[in-house]
Amino acid sequence: MRAGKPHRVLPGFPLALGYTLVYLALIVLIPLSAVFLKSASLNWEQFWAVISAPRVLASYRVSFGLSLLAAAINAVFGLIFAWVLVRYHFPGKRIVDALVDLPFALPTAGAGIALTAIYAGNGWLGQWLEPLGLKVAFTPLGILVALIFIGLPFVVRTVQPVLEDLDTELEEAAASLGADRWQTFRHVLLPVLLPALLTGFALAFARAVGEYGSVIFIAGNVPLVSEITPLLIITKLEQYDYIGATAIAVVMLIVSFILLFLINGLQFWANRSRARS
Amino acid sequence: MSIRVQHIAKRFGPFVALDDITLDFPTGELVGLLGPSGCGKTTLLRIIAGLESADHGQVFLDEEDASTAHVRDRQVGFVFQHYALFRHMTVFDNVAFGLRVKPRGQRPAESVIRTRVYELLDLVQLAALARRYPTQLSGGQRQRIALARALAVEPRVLLLDEPFGALDAKVRKELRRWLRQLHDALHITSIFVTHDQEEALEVSDRVVLMNQGRVEQVGAPQEVYEQPASPFVYSFLGAVNLFHGRVQDHHLHVGAGRLPVGHNGFPTGAEALGFVRPHELDIETNPAETTGIAARVERVLAFGPTARVELSGVERESSHIYEVELSRERVAALNLTNGQWVRLKPARIRLFAPEPRPAGPMPLPAGSLIGLDGEGI
Amino acid sequence: MGAAVATHWAARARRFEVNAATREPAWVKGSLITIALAFFGLFLLLPLVTVFAEAFRKGWQVYFAALVEPDALSAIALTLLVAAIAVPLNLVFGIAAAWAIAKFDFRGKQLLTTLIDLPFSVSPVIAGLIFVLLFGAQGWFGPWLIEHDVKIIFAVPGLVLATIFVTFPFVARELIPLMEAQGREEEEAAIVLGASGWQTFWRVTLPSIKWGLLYGVILCNARAMGEFGAVSVVSGHIRGRTNTLPLQVEILYNEYNFAAAFAVASLLALLALLTLVVKSLVEWRGRQPLNVGQESQGVSA
Repeated sequence: MRAGKPHRVLPGFPLALGYTLVYLALIVLIPLSAVFLKSASLNWEQFWAVISAPRVLASYRVSFGLSLLAAAINAVFGLIFAWVLVRYHFPGKRIVDALVDLPFALPTAGAGIALTAIYAGNGWLGQWLEPLGLKVAFTPLGILVALIFIGLPFVVRTVQPVLEDLDTELEEAAASLGADRWQTFRHVLLPVLLPALLTGFALAFARAVGEYGSVIFIAGNVPLVSEITPLLIITKLEQYDYIGATAIAVVMLIVSFILLFLINGLQFWANRSRARS
Repeated sequence: MSIRVQHIAKRFGPFVALDDITLDFPTGELVGLLGPSGCGKTTLLRIIAGLESADHGQVFLDEEDASTAHVRDRQVGFVFQHYALFRHMTVFDNVAFGLRVKPRGQRPAESVIRTRVYELLDLVQLAALARRYPTQLSGGQRQRIALARALAVEPRVLLLDEPFGALDAKVRKELRRWLRQLHDALHITSIFVTHDQEEALEVSDRVVLMNQGRVEQVGAPQEVYEQPASPFVYSFLGAVNLFHGRVQDHHLHVGAGRLPVGHNGFPTGAEALGFVRPHELDIETNPAETTGIAARVERVLAFGPTARVELSGVERESSHIYEVELSRERVAALNLTNGQWVRLKPARIRLFAPEPRPAGPMPLPAGSLIGLDGEGI
Repeated sequence: MGAAVATHWAARARRFEVNAATREPAWVKGSLITIALAFFGLFLLLPLVTVFAEAFRKGWQVYFAALVEPDALSAIALTLLVAAIAVPLNLVFGIAAAWAIAKFDFRGKQLLTTLIDLPFSVSPVIAGLIFVLLFGAQGWFGPWLIEHDVKIIFAVPGLVLATIFVTFPFVARELIPLMEAQGREEEEAAIVLGASGWQTFWRVTLPSIKWGLLYGVILCNARAMGEFGAVSVVSGHIRGRTNTLPLQVEILYNEYNFAAAFAVASLLALLALLTLVVKSLVEWRGRQPLNVGQESQGVSA
């Protein structure tokens, strides 16, 4: 044994770590690096020309803008949802709680065609909404609906455990000092929930940006209007424009990495403020 | 301001937390609610605060029925066991919280709040830490901030739930003394909950002893310590030796031995439990002595201001451990050796009827309350 | 178990509802429940119901005809095959990764944990793209593969690779926090008592993580069978050859064969419901002893 090497009682560390690293490299790291290496065959001007073409820029607006909006809506309603699940008792609560994870479990293609059927002009809700001038399916609004669907569980499932662990003493202290419920929520609970809420928001956003299956059916996919960035990558691939697809993929990957980094930081913050209690 | 609770009862499912509690807490007193965990003391405190609602009974604050008032409106200061400081706020903001959430009309100006908060931080001697966050404070400092925060809203009464429970022994002793001084300075009616008898006896003006949802005894610390009203109080407040036997001819017959108990009110032949504190027992080495209980010396612990002797005896066929506390000089004079047979003689013994406690509320048997002073040595 | 858990759930919420300090006025409570349930109905329940309603719209016969059609059957078989390869591989990886990360300290542990999560934040479309770049006709290994007549892209191996990529973190992610929370004392005790490494794993570690493991595998499987974006890029949509169930849904839908599309989608929805049922069972099973402890604490306070 080399000096300074920690003494390990449990066996299997070299095997487990070695296997983990090899598998991670083969499945994830090497394939992902292909994207960056491929895009390196373009020089900067060419690369910039691809990723800043008007149609591509429009797709960023659609993808990132609607993802942000959907994540924000989910943050508000997800918080209410988590609150109701933890704090109140009502009939059917167990089923509601179990079904929150539906968007995790339901394949996106199924969700996509179901949402389209609901909001299409002849659909269950579409037939009532369209006469009111509210076209949902095949418009950006439809994309928003799909992104809300897939993002909801991220917020609920990050906020819910924090709410459950929350010590009632904090609220009792606030009440004994004369605060009303809104003041207690605003000044005592919300700051405690904020890290988890932001984590859920970021997770929902990250998922929405890359989402493909549930969106393409309802989106209408009109260039410059309702075309999401992942679809643009596929379109380029189908035209054998591998370089173009790769360049856009690089942009998305960089955004993903930044988000991953951010989410890790947020989770670290959330865990720390939970552990401090 | 005085606090009165009347016929308070509370159940959690099948568990009876409080069983018809009636108590008076006079203005300006510091009262300790003492009892083992699960005895209902915290529940009672929370009901007084309005954090819990009683199944039956009323809470009077200043002779005014507050039973249905919301905790927000009761103007009680509550100090939580784990402090419940808002950890995203500084010490200053924590103390200012109660003032800042007042309705607009009653809310003091920020400058008034500032003055008031610093007054309180000076009172708890922590003004230098105003800009710190709770996580940067020690346990004792957090406790004092929690107290300052509770006092900021000028509560009519102060309620403290196990205020020193989470602190280490040394800090605890300091804070105890400090709480007592603070109370002497402010004279605000205060109730604090504790399971530590030493803490309750040392700090309180009066002690309320609780067990299994009932009040066992109320009295000044010296009173409850020296005149325990029940076997429970006796064993809860300090170490005690138990002698289980039968009363006959002014003696308690325990196995083959007998202890003089004088006039006691117990009928001849009645079973009784004799309670003797370790310092009330003496050891007799004279083999000619006939009274007292035979016991064998197991260990002599001769350190500290007093010496303790552990002995074993046979009482009703099962072995029994006795503990005797003597002066160092006395132990030296006795010259005990391990394994030596001696006799134990109480200087003072108190008899109680050994009935098991029935399920319902039970008045303490009158006969058992008679305390006796045995023949002195 | 069910009834006890149900009453327990009610008891937990009631704790907040009886406490004056944590209770909202009835109108607030009512409004919040209404908002949550409306949101639930609109965004979660309605799509689920729609899948089944649309699938059966033209009756049972059409429904079953759509499922026993040869292309549908081969899609089912392919989906099962892909999951049967991808899930065990990620299971072994998940256990190895969790063992290394949770039971040992080493430099770069945090980075490794983050990298394992990486596939979650990569768009499924990009997950497909990377394998096209590696193994496609114009990819790095493309010429070599053509020369040796090996097909990966537009063939089953490509589907498997893309599926492994998107389901990569599921088992590891479930196990790492669980095994970290359990610490290493029990394993150390087993080693001190003379157990070998494998014995320690099989008899001490595995029994205590089996529910978490099951949960991870279930989620991994659901995603493996339901993945759409990544496999769509590498599949080439060859009917009866490289079409998994989700791709079959797309093809049928684009052909305006809605009843058949929803019939196939209903299989996926059933898989989702089964996943949720197992997940709930696992959770209630895992949560129950903990809750009993919390309750007794509450009473003694």
